[in-house]
Amino acid sequence: MNQPAAGFELDTDKASNTATLRLYGSWVDAASVPEFRDVRAQLTALTVDNLHFDCDELGDWTTLLMSFLLSCASYCEERGVAVDTEGLPENARRLLSIATSVPAHQRQQPAPQPWWHVRSPSEALRELLDDLRVSLAFFGDICIALGALIAGKANTRFADFRTFCYQSGPDAFAIISLTSVLVGMILGYLGAVQLQQFGAGIYVADLVTIGLLREMGPLMTAIVMAGRTGAAYAAQLGTMQASEEIDAVRTLGVSPIEFLVIPRILALVVTMPLLTIYANLLGIVGGGIVAGGMGISLLQYSSQAGAAVSIAHIGIGLLKSLVFAVLIAIAGCRSGMQSGRNSAGVGRAATEAVVTALVYLIVADASINILFQHLGI
Amino acid sequence: MTDDEREVHIEVRELTMAFGSNVIQRDLSFPVYRGDIFVIMGGSGCGKSTLLKHMLGLLEPAAGEILYTGTSFTHASSEERDAMRRSWGITYQSGGLFSAMTLEQNVSLPLQLYTDYTAAQIRDVVRYKLSLVGLGGFESYYPSEISGGMNKRAALARAIALDPQILFFDEPSAGLDPISSRLLDDLILQLTESIGATVVMVTHELPSIFAIANNSVYLDASTRTMIGYGDPKQLREHSEEAVVRQFLTRSAAAGETG
Repeated sequence: MNQPAAGFELDTDKASNTATLRLYGSWVDAASVPEFRDVRAQLTALTVDNLHFDCDELGDWTTLLMSFLLSCASYCEERGVAVDTEGLPENARRLLSIATSVPAHQRQQPAPQPWWHVRSPSEALRELLDDLRVSLAFFGDICIALGALIAGKANTRFADFRTFCYQSGPDAFAIISLTSVLVGMILGYLGAVQLQQFGAGIYVADLVTIGLLREMGPLMTAIVMAGRTGAAYAAQLGTMQASEEIDAVRTLGVSPIEFLVIPRILALVVTMPLLTIYANLLGIVGGGIVAGGMGISLLQYSSQAGAAVSIAHIGIGLLKSLVFAVLIAIAGCRSGMQSGRNSAGVGRAATEAVVTALVYLIVADASINILFQHLGI
Repeated sequence: MTDDEREVHIEVRELTMAFGSNVIQRDLSFPVYRGDIFVIMGGSGCGKSTLLKHMLGLLEPAAGEILYTGTSFTHASSEERDAMRRSWGITYQSGGLFSAMTLEQNVSLPLQLYTDYTAAQIRDVVRYKLSLVGLGGFESYYPSEISGGMNKRAALARAIALDPQILFFDEPSAGLDPISSRLLDDLILQLTESIGATVVMVTHELPSIFAIANNSVYLDASTRTMIGYGDPKQLREHSEEAVVRQFLTRSAAAGETG
């Protein structure tokens, strides 16, 4: 059967003070179904107090008719026009009465800011200070928890610490191996091109060794670990926040910092220097491969590299890796602990963890370099 | 109306559900008729939710098949499955609303994906669906800004966005107070009557079961198969299995009356 296209007609009968909305056709195909704004102007012009429906010629209909009717009904109600649903099909009348049974909620919404709105500097400064205060408070909490740990009164479980050590140590070997060999080779090529111009190709060994021990070894390891472990910490703690596990820890009378954060930080502090040493060794091997390609023998390379190694270089590298470990772990745990309680919040926490960790790393690395430059070490 | 005259909407045939070699339930066979409010019930751990997941295609049966209006869902290709799923509405145990979207965006998502409605039509339809569940005016709220009961109702609004023929509910009233849960039951009853949908529901809330269900299956955890099928009010009085009668009358230990 072929039904005519959907449509409506509004007739006003001044004598009986009523208007009749006649609906006809098939209200199925979205393209041909009228929208509420088509009837709005006519309803606005109504001068009567009652609205009736006439559906004698109405064909098939779907939700589209219902949303049209609801819009009409609520618009009429706003304008003080009484709506009589008697003329509607049985089902439509029932659905409409369910839909209108609860009055619509009025939200007191702040007016949305236009896109060109600029925040006042004082507001931005206050937010920055707030953020700083929260970070300091978190750092303070960690110091208190560490104090409790040293006093032997902390609720930190050794089993947790061991698990996190495994996750941040042996589990990371594969990716650290790959990155450090490649970084060693990159340093090797970098030096080879420049130094061979002066016939000083042998000093590639010095460049690779010192560059790795002091700078690239700790930094590359830290960047990989920030992406790998820092983000994981944030996601774990954020999910625990979302599923109220952190609330449960707190109401058990246990400090979540002692129970959740301290083992993570300590684990990273223990594994990062070890990973850095491992990365340094592999990086030097990577540089050796490049040197071999330049015609420097293995013996020459290793004796030259060995001569370049000094306690100061190793010490500074390890010191950096310790600092980086603390920064990555704090950034990750802080983001996780302060994450929003839903999936979007956990995602934001993981992003924030990595971004803040990287900023911390670069700033700390630069500061340490400047410091030791002035100290002459 | 006798069962022979009613149209079978969903049919479960010889279904065996298993995780590896661990059989959860075996030899489940039952029809669900069009317009039924069908409850899957049973004690904790008997596989109620697992059965629902099999019906939804989130898990694959170890044996047997599930048919919708006579077409096998189990043996259908993934495109055919998606087409069948389009006529379903599903609400999950904790709502399953997207937390990063407002209620309006949540409800309009299926409309944007699967209909050719204009933007204005979508907005009106979303408003209508939210009004149906009593959430008119909450369009710009995020799921985290409203209560648990409202979340469940919003999830229902999303489930009925495309006027489904089958509505699946996983524990709709879990975690709700008795009054909210009663209101939700009423809403489910009114809505399904008006839009003529078949409802499949997992629940063990007895008041809900007796208030709205007209057909049910009872899964037994110890024998690992179904031991009751039919109207729960009938089962309560006349089931041959003592366990089923005890479940439906909240009697204490099994074997006490049997």
